[in-house]
Amino acid sequence: MERLREIHSPRAWMLLGGAALLIGVVIPLVAPEYMVPLLGKFLCFGIAALAMDLVWGYAGILSLGHGLFFALGGYGMGMYLMRVIAGEGVYRSNLPDFMVFLDWKQLPWYWHGFQSFPFAMVMSLVAPGVLALVFGYFMFRSRIRGVYLSIVTQALTYAATLFFFQNAAGFGGNNGLTDFKRILGASLHDPGTRKILYLASAIALFGTYLLCRFVVTSRLGRVVTAVRDAELKSRFCGYESTNFKLFIWTLSAILCALAGALYVPQVGIINPSEMQPSNSIEMAIWVAVGGRGTLGGAVLGAWLVNGGKSWLTAALPSAWLYALGALFVAVTLFLPDGLVGLGSKLFRSMGRLRQPSRPPT
Amino acid sequence: MNSRPSNLGHLNGVGRARWQRRFLISVIVAVAATALPGLAHAGPLEETLTEAIDGLGAPSDDKIDESIGKLGVLGDPRAIAALDALCDERLRVGSDGHAYVWDSKTRDLRSPLTGQVVNPEPRPLKEVEVSNEIRRVAFPVLAQLKLGSPDGAVRLAAAQELSNGGSAEAPALLRGALAREHDSNVREALILAIARVDLGSADAAARLAALDVIGKSGDDDFLSTLQQILGQGADGKPNELDPRVRAAAARARNAVISHQRIVGFVGDLLHGLSLASVLLFAALGLAVTFGLLGVINMAHGEMLMLGAYATYTVQTAMHGSRFYLPVAIPVAFLSTALVGVLLERTIIRHLYKRPLETLLATWGISLGLIQTIRLIFGAQNVSVANPDWLAGGLQIAHGLVLPWTRIAVVGFVIVVAVAVWFILQRTRFGLEVRAVTQNRAMAACIGIPTKRVDALVFGLGSGIAGLGGVALSQLGNVGPELGQSYIIDSFMVVVLGGVGRLAGAVAAALGLGVVNKLLEPLAGAVLGKIAVLVFIILFIQRRPQGLFAIKGRVEA
Repeated sequence: MERLREIHSPRAWMLLGGAALLIGVVIPLVAPEYMVPLLGKFLCFGIAALAMDLVWGYAGILSLGHGLFFALGGYGMGMYLMRVIAGEGVYRSNLPDFMVFLDWKQLPWYWHGFQSFPFAMVMSLVAPGVLALVFGYFMFRSRIRGVYLSIVTQALTYAATLFFFQNAAGFGGNNGLTDFKRILGASLHDPGTRKILYLASAIALFGTYLLCRFVVTSRLGRVVTAVRDAELKSRFCGYESTNFKLFIWTLSAILCALAGALYVPQVGIINPSEMQPSNSIEMAIWVAVGGRGTLGGAVLGAWLVNGGKSWLTAALPSAWLYALGALFVAVTLFLPDGLVGLGSKLFRSMGRLRQPSRPPT
Repeated sequence: MNSRPSNLGHLNGVGRARWQRRFLISVIVAVAATALPGLAHAGPLEETLTEAIDGLGAPSDDKIDESIGKLGVLGDPRAIAALDALCDERLRVGSDGHAYVWDSKTRDLRSPLTGQVVNPEPRPLKEVEVSNEIRRVAFPVLAQLKLGSPDGAVRLAAAQELSNGGSAEAPALLRGALAREHDSNVREALILAIARVDLGSADAAARLAALDVIGKSGDDDFLSTLQQILGQGADGKPNELDPRVRAAAARARNAVISHQRIVGFVGDLLHGLSLASVLLFAALGLAVTFGLLGVINMAHGEMLMLGAYATYTVQTAMHGSRFYLPVAIPVAFLSTALVGVLLERTIIRHLYKRPLETLLATWGISLGLIQTIRLIFGAQNVSVANPDWLAGGLQIAHGLVLPWTRIAVVGFVIVVAVAVWFILQRTRFGLEVRAVTQNRAMAACIGIPTKRVDALVFGLGSGIAGLGGVALSQLGNVGPELGQSYIIDSFMVVVLGGVGRLAGAVAAALGLGVVNKLLEPLAGAVLGKIAVLVFIILFIQRRPQGLFAIKGRVEA
């Protein structure tokens, strides 16, 4: 009970409950059918934004490679969706269609086991997690930080993109994995299944939110924030900063992979363009728009930016890149604390306020 | 000379007569070619030449054969056009009885000797129909004339045609031509053509000599022929019965293969060097600005792109004049430097204390720049033509041509790197830059205008990238997303080389560019890139400050 109060004030819990009611009950009841996958997609972006905020807002690590973890989670799910319809493809082969097309005779070893849903789910979280752990270990151990780290994460996702684009990599190359039909026996084209996927994403979003909130309000979370603000000082106090950063980094990668795994059945395709460096940088702007170091702000930012993107790419396609570019510049110049920061600043100037957790400048 | 071999035709049957006639013509041609080269341009023969060409349009095959023979004897290369036209069925006979060449591209009738358009046309025109028999007669004569052509390229093509055609007259014609040839390129082609023909010779010694020549040349065109010599027929018997010749063929094959390997390696090396040069253009600017200001400019790749588009604009404005490049270089430098200074003044200087956010803001700028270029020039690639003085290449060995463009790009980057070194180490501005890089507060205290230094360095870095764009435009197509493909590699150069160190940037760019290209044939482009990345990650474990660290820096 005491811990619950630490995580959120009673008023914030009520707000959260209201949001859960709105997203989990009201929207599925009133939203038109065609909107459901789009909204589900937004929920997944919200999870990814939380993961991003965890590393950037609380640990001060600007990752430009989170798109990679997102896509890896998606590929894990995609591999399950491909395997579960073995024999029903265009070529009626036991192999996925693209392998038949490449004249492969048998399944590559890393595809084995993916016909099982639990195995595929575990793998789509574990594989990105292990990658993040190994990569992070080498990075943090050698005290690589700041823009250096950002650049190296970007190079990582760039190399991975090139790798997945290859046909020989065994992940469908350019086209990726697509033409999914069923998940756990339910047709993906069925509105009921879509609604269930939406609800699963909603549950995952709130679960992720509470987990992140739990982590950042814990003792560990406070050490992580201390490392962000003064790494040397916290090390001199006896905290091994490498381990704290590594934990947050890996957790964030796994959460991002979860978002990717939920994203793929709702959009029906996963291909290497999901892990292009530009996608990872866009994730950073979601968080920046909403407000770094405020979990709710990150989710809000993801929704606002993607809502704007959906609307603008349809209404004025050539203006979208300008708008996005201007957003990057304007937010960093004028809104260093994002919309949440702006909101609380206005709030404060009206005289009654609560102190939000703010990252340093 | 006037003996009429066709007379024999009435006695021995037409087929046999044709064969003899062909033989005789080629003998005459060969004799004439060696004995009468000077006659070709003598005045009195001019009439005979016209007469013989007109004879190509004669109604009977025998008459045509006779005229072809005469042209061979005359040995005048001006008859090539008419004979070519005859073989391609483009020869016409006008109402005046003269032969003309029909130009199917421009749809004009031309005089066979001068190539001038005939106007008005002497209608009605009659097409000259040719049988394969006539073509067979005309072929060696045509080849012979072409071998005597004053144009080296024509002689070269004729030598290759003859060696592939496998006609009986080829050896004699080629040897005759070789004896008269002075151009070394054509000589080489002739020697190879003779070798190719000799491979089919019945004389083992000739075949051995030919294999020797082929092995020395290292020409991979012969690879399949050599494999065939070494192979077996369907009956299990070797294609070549003489063991000495087989051994020589194996030697020649190995020589060709190892020659090709060397050629490939040197080619990759130069390719890697030119890639390294482009990376260096991008990394020089990045290393200096990052070292001075501590911010990463994600729009730096777009400076390459802007430089390339500046080159394209200059080229278009000068209507592709061959001297557009010397104009484009300063234009590209100044325009990108101006964009850089503007960016620094308006946006980046507000973010110096927040390097991570600078990364995002400059990324936003790069999106804007890409979209602007797309709207102005279109999303399609544009192509910048190489000026003619950069066309072609330096031939080092057979099959190994180093393109002038790549050599020029490598030379250009050397000049620029030396200039940057000079500016930083030998000028007052460079002294100020180094002072601010080492200790900004102290530099400000002793009166260095740090803000102006910041802006100028940013402009300099962008301008160097713009020069890289000029270089890139000479190597390939120019598109709005040009910069994106180089930016990550050039960041890696900075990470590997160490911040703010010219020597580090040069060494790292060289290493990355060359290693990337040399790994490509072994592991494929992508695995090569991944290997390089893994190497960098492991490398910075050992030396987090890069190859050439500045001593005493605490923060990266």
